[in-house]
Amino acid sequence: MAMTIVEAKASQKTKFAVIDCDIHNAPASAEELRQYLSPRWRRYDETYGARAQYPGAAYPRLHPSAARDDSWPPGGGRPGSDLPFLQAQLLDEWQIEYGVLNPLVGGSGRNNPEYAAALCQAINRWQIESWVEPEPRLRASIVPPSEAGELAAQEIDRCAPDPRFVQILLIARTQELLGRRKYWPMYEAAVRHDLPIGIHFGGQAGWPITGAGWPSFYIEDHVGMPQSFQPQIISMIFEGLFERFPGLKIVLIEGGFAWLAPLMWRMDRSWELMRDEVPHVKRPPSEYVRQNFWITTQPVEEPAQPSQFVELLDQLDMNDRFFFATDYPHWDFDAPDQALPSALPAELQRAILAENARNFYRF
Amino acid sequence: MAKYIVATVDEIPPGERKLITVSGRAIGVFNINGQYFALRNRCPHQGGALCDGRLSGLMQADLPGEYQYSRPDEILRCPWHGWEFDIRTGQSWVDPAKTRVRNYPVAVESGQALPQNDFEAAGWQKGPYLAETYPVSVEQQYVVVEV
Repeated sequence: MAMTIVEAKASQKTKFAVIDCDIHNAPASAEELRQYLSPRWRRYDETYGARAQYPGAAYPRLHPSAARDDSWPPGGGRPGSDLPFLQAQLLDEWQIEYGVLNPLVGGSGRNNPEYAAALCQAINRWQIESWVEPEPRLRASIVPPSEAGELAAQEIDRCAPDPRFVQILLIARTQELLGRRKYWPMYEAAVRHDLPIGIHFGGQAGWPITGAGWPSFYIEDHVGMPQSFQPQIISMIFEGLFERFPGLKIVLIEGGFAWLAPLMWRMDRSWELMRDEVPHVKRPPSEYVRQNFWITTQPVEEPAQPSQFVELLDQLDMNDRFFFATDYPHWDFDAPDQALPSALPAELQRAILAENARNFYRF
Repeated sequence: MAKYIVATVDEIPPGERKLITVSGRAIGVFNINGQYFALRNRCPHQGGALCDGRLSGLMQADLPGEYQYSRPDEILRCPWHGWEFDIRTGQSWVDPAKTRVRNYPVAVESGQALPQNDFEAAGWQKGPYLAETYPVSVEQQYVVVEV
């Protein structure tokens, strides 16, 4: 197929500053990450391999590597693996002021917890040395071995002193519900360093995405991802996480948000009726959502009537808690100048595109 | 609409495409089994470079499990979100009532039919690449896009 590579040009496409809170960088090859493993874990990796609960998500997903077709670096390698190309195609193209890296490299889901910890350490060192060091617009997310709470806390403690780490990255489909006690040491470390926990679309813990087994089609996984976010929010609230860790900050990344207001209504009513079962939950659940949760925009839900999007925001009442995200280089990328409905007031667009994130993350 | 000469036929063999800019518009010109089509290189959804997209066929099913695959290579899919457009009409197959890509008539005209030194007088405007990239011969056929 003949393709002309159109050279990316810097252009002032949006009227406001842009901060992108969901960028997926990737190693060009498995070897690139292995270089950051100690000899012991390098040998383990070569001898026993990944060993995860679930051998891996099926690809392609609509597009090869689930990426924009135009995001394959001309010099080779996977989408998101070439810093100069990412700079040109994303950061320069939309004059993005800061970008938060969320590498989906699968370090945390390994069955061997010590190996998971070694892999996460490799991922975190790789982020700093290969991405954040040479490109000061980028910030990193700490990838912790999240299924082993104590080890996750250790990795957070190791990384947090470097201010270029601005959050801790979890994946929505975990082995247990995120309110449960095995994860608490990780939350303790997050609060200790005042770092938010980002929970991103995806995961390989081995559970089906639905309550009734595995769906037939990719489209069901894609559409159904809120099913993996909702129980995490419900669990974190009803386990009393935000009474135990009032300073805990949760960012919901790529889970959508049109479903969140009805979930709050449902949680509030149930709590009014059954609060004696969970007496540690002292306030209406919606108050914890509005106090401890933030949301990234992509994929921006697209109601049939633009006015319905404005209603949706009214229902949520969380306008100061939305962060813009592109999801680059994935195929459901949101362009900064196109993603937000033009019906939104200019001040709100400015807040969502950059200012909310600027006030929240330690850039 | 003005006519622009954008390529020689040799430049876009079957299965190939050429991206051009005419009158300030980025356009992709496709050769599908000898027929030429031109579409604006901008997806009406979020502005992705549509003409960098993959070509595929039309997948339909009357009933679950009864698949029909037709019109190979005539459906252009946006490289970003995968929106599908009919290469012949620019029509989106997702929501025909709402989303349509501007498409432009394309003709192949004999070199002999074109006045060699008097394009402007004949109402033609030269495309940006023809003179620079390929010498024009009298027998040569041109791909012409109307914008």
